[in-house]
Amino acid sequence: MSKRIDVKNLDIFYGAFHAVKSVSMTIEPRSVTAFIGPSGCGKSTVLRTLNRMHEVIPGAYVTGEVLMDEKNLYAKDTDPVDVRRQVGMVFQRPNPFPTMSIRENVLAGVRLNSSKLSKSASDELVEQSLQGANLWSEVKDRLDRPGSGLSGGQQQRLCIARAIAVQPEVILMDEPCSALDPISTLAIEDLINELKSEYTVVIVTHNMQQAARVSDRTGFFNLEATGMPGELVEMDETAKIFSNPSKPATEDYISGRFG
Amino acid sequence: MTATSAPEAQARPKRRPGDIVFGGLSTASAFSILLILAGVAIFLISEAVPVFGADPAEITGGEGFLSYVWPLVFGTLVASLVAMAVATPVAVGIALFVSHYAPTRVGTAVGFVIDLLAAVPSVVFGMWGFQVFAPKLVPLFIWLQEHLGFLPFFESASRTGRTLFTASLVLAVMILPIITAVSREVFLQTPTLHEEAALALGATKWEMIRTAVLPFGKPGVIGGTMLGLGRALGETMAVAIILSPGVFTWNLIDSGNTTVPAEIALNFPEAAGLRLSELIAAGLVLFGITLAVNLGARAIVNRRAEFSGAN
Amino acid sequence: MSVDTAPKPRQRKLADIEGVEIDKVRASSNRQAYVVLAAAAAVAALLWLIGLNPALALVLGYAGYLVAVYTVYRAVAGKRVAADQVARGLVLGAFVVAVVPLLSLLYTVVVRGGATALDPAFLNQTMNGITGLQDQATQRDGAPLIGGAYHAIIGTLIITGIAAAISVPIGVFTAIFLVEYQPKGRVSQMIRFLVDVMTGIPSIVAGLFAFALWAVLFGIGTKNGFAGAVALSVLMISTVVRNSEEMLRIVPNELREAALALGVPKWRTIAKVVLPTAASGLASGVTLAIARVIGETAPLLVAVGYARGLNVDPSQGPMNTLAVYAYYMFTKPLSPGFREPSLDRAWAAALLLVLIVVVLNLTARLIAKAFAPKTGR
Repeated sequence: MSKRIDVKNLDIFYGAFHAVKSVSMTIEPRSVTAFIGPSGCGKSTVLRTLNRMHEVIPGAYVTGEVLMDEKNLYAKDTDPVDVRRQVGMVFQRPNPFPTMSIRENVLAGVRLNSSKLSKSASDELVEQSLQGANLWSEVKDRLDRPGSGLSGGQQQRLCIARAIAVQPEVILMDEPCSALDPISTLAIEDLINELKSEYTVVIVTHNMQQAARVSDRTGFFNLEATGMPGELVEMDETAKIFSNPSKPATEDYISGRFG
Repeated sequence: MTATSAPEAQARPKRRPGDIVFGGLSTASAFSILLILAGVAIFLISEAVPVFGADPAEITGGEGFLSYVWPLVFGTLVASLVAMAVATPVAVGIALFVSHYAPTRVGTAVGFVIDLLAAVPSVVFGMWGFQVFAPKLVPLFIWLQEHLGFLPFFESASRTGRTLFTASLVLAVMILPIITAVSREVFLQTPTLHEEAALALGATKWEMIRTAVLPFGKPGVIGGTMLGLGRALGETMAVAIILSPGVFTWNLIDSGNTTVPAEIALNFPEAAGLRLSELIAAGLVLFGITLAVNLGARAIVNRRAEFSGAN
Repeated sequence: MSVDTAPKPRQRKLADIEGVEIDKVRASSNRQAYVVLAAAAAVAALLWLIGLNPALALVLGYAGYLVAVYTVYRAVAGKRVAADQVARGLVLGAFVVAVVPLLSLLYTVVVRGGATALDPAFLNQTMNGITGLQDQATQRDGAPLIGGAYHAIIGTLIITGIAAAISVPIGVFTAIFLVEYQPKGRVSQMIRFLVDVMTGIPSIVAGLFAFALWAVLFGIGTKNGFAGAVALSVLMISTVVRNSEEMLRIVPNELREAALALGVPKWRTIAKVVLPTAASGLASGVTLAIARVIGETAPLLVAVGYARGLNVDPSQGPMNTLAVYAYYMFTKPLSPGFREPSLDRAWAAALLLVLIVVVLNLTARLIAKAFAPKTGR
């Protein structure tokens, strides 16, 4: 349930605006890859091209390739809907569906993607997904209560449970802890560590300590000036990026000289 | 209510004459609303009162006010409910088109056109319904009579098209903009977060709408529908012009039936004495019904805030 | 907060769980839908050509499209995409269903009323002294149409003008009360509730109210322009209050605080700072409110009556207005045997009304756009 992603010469545009320039990278399976960089450098944009979510914005398009185990996500015979089922996503702010119960939230993706879902199967899926998101023991007695009644951190783990319920190959996380308190953040970070045993995880974060704590590899994005396209400066083992980066811009950013 | 209040905590300036006048004018205006509404109720009741003391035999129909008014109320309700049932799905469709399918610019243009539809005076709708729309429906009515004539609603077909059903359809067109406007508003307010959550799970556009947009907008759509119903209940001229009125019948595709507002408009200019009171009393009944529907609608629309998942 | 620490059971794959079946979505584009649409349009045209009712042909074509698009996409991309395409078709269909009557209505009004509405005789003459005989001459012998809507145009302007003169101050001051003086609290809640109630008053009931009020004040059966203006005000005030309240609310609080901090009295703050800032919004709201009532027929029918000639005195007797004029000309032609001239007048009046309403709406939009305060949003 985890695949390797190869990004080749990816350029991202919003209409006439060139948002990200020529990104090439490899994301290893069963590992956590972090994207860091100053605001506006395009790290979230790149993340969203990995499950074709950027297409939601009218006028957005890409050139280049994103290969998932050699299969181009942008090939003509690939549907974005199918891509998104294989590449799950967790957002900045927890977003459980407000009109659904906890249980229905977990099952939301499965219900969309399957024509049949028996009671026993759904029970099993709810339990294993919530287990997988470290939320089961906290909510097992109130599965029929609205998901919006949970705390922020629990809601975010519910969203992770919802994402893993459809068993994607890759999980993308777009600053998943930026709206959470430190304790909830810790819980999510622990969870990310566990998730990598089964999934390929890509996480965008503003928080360099977080990148250092959770990721195996780190990509540093930067842009030369506002209005210029963002680019991937370098990508390497997290330990190397934080101790001995090969580009001066990375070192400046890591050491807090800008950003 | 949002907290855009005038800053109360400021040191109160001295009561200057200007403040007294300005404040007084505002307060008086606000309370004049109360006066006007009380006036509507009081004067209508005072002019309607003779009906309730009158000998039932003197009331139109000869059997008292209630048996005079109930067929009118029934006609009003049927016409409005049919209009609502026809208009609601179409309105939701347009609202979705504007909010989620059309490019922003097209959406805005369509929104404007729909608003224009709302502004067309009802008398014009009536004339159009009479002259253009009604004749076009005759073949449909004949078909309905031939194939579904065993149902009481389709017993006999009008050859002019001037039926309660025609009036209902024109009412549907007239209330379409109201329902559309409210629905469009709530659909546009659907948090992007929830839409993206659905899409990221691998939902098609329609599945995204079903998962995120419709549940979020449901209270708004219901409220808008009821506002539309309120408008349809009170709509006068379109029905008065289109419908060839008559006594109560279950048959919807022939002349017959009438509605409270149409009855008033058609008979008021020539009415005098007790007949006037009768019509005013009928108006009072209509007021009561629309009041109930509108208050229900408001309650639902306002409750939307608590429903919303925008955190 | 307790976090699970116990070792977790390994997740079972979806494929291994009984009772779940994943529907894969295969890639598709909208191209097939366009092809199907073209085919459906062709079929509808064909049905029409072989003599089917055009409306029926269209309905059949549309139904055919929905069925075909479902079948095609089900085969190409799967059930879910097929449903998606059908939903798209329904949404577009709803849009067309709404646009067709509007276009038909505008077309009818312009075609039927266009010629007469531009006729100076129609714009400059009243119906005084016009009888069925003249209409007979017009329709049978081709004599020029005489008798117009001059009095109705003037009547509309007078009655709507008075209604606006009553409603705008009451409405705007009520909004000021709600936003500036009593932003919260029971009184405001009650007033807002009453405004809601007022919004729901059917127009004919407003007319009945004015009639009843005048009956009590001036004797039963008194109908004049003022009564009509009162009836329209009942309908208009609520719109003015709601629109104005919204506009005053947008005015940023900083402006008020800045003025008050300078020691400007509250009423001058409102008059010199708040109202000018909101002016364009208020003007636009008032214009929309006028557009809403200018085409009202029922209340005027009840409260003002019907005049054949010019009456510029709203305190004396019936007047005429465009909407009522159109209604009477349409339903009670001067000569039942020779209806055309009366119908022409009715459609011309309808066209004038629609034009007025469209112009008012556009004006409101332009005002709102051109003078919108740069702050906010």
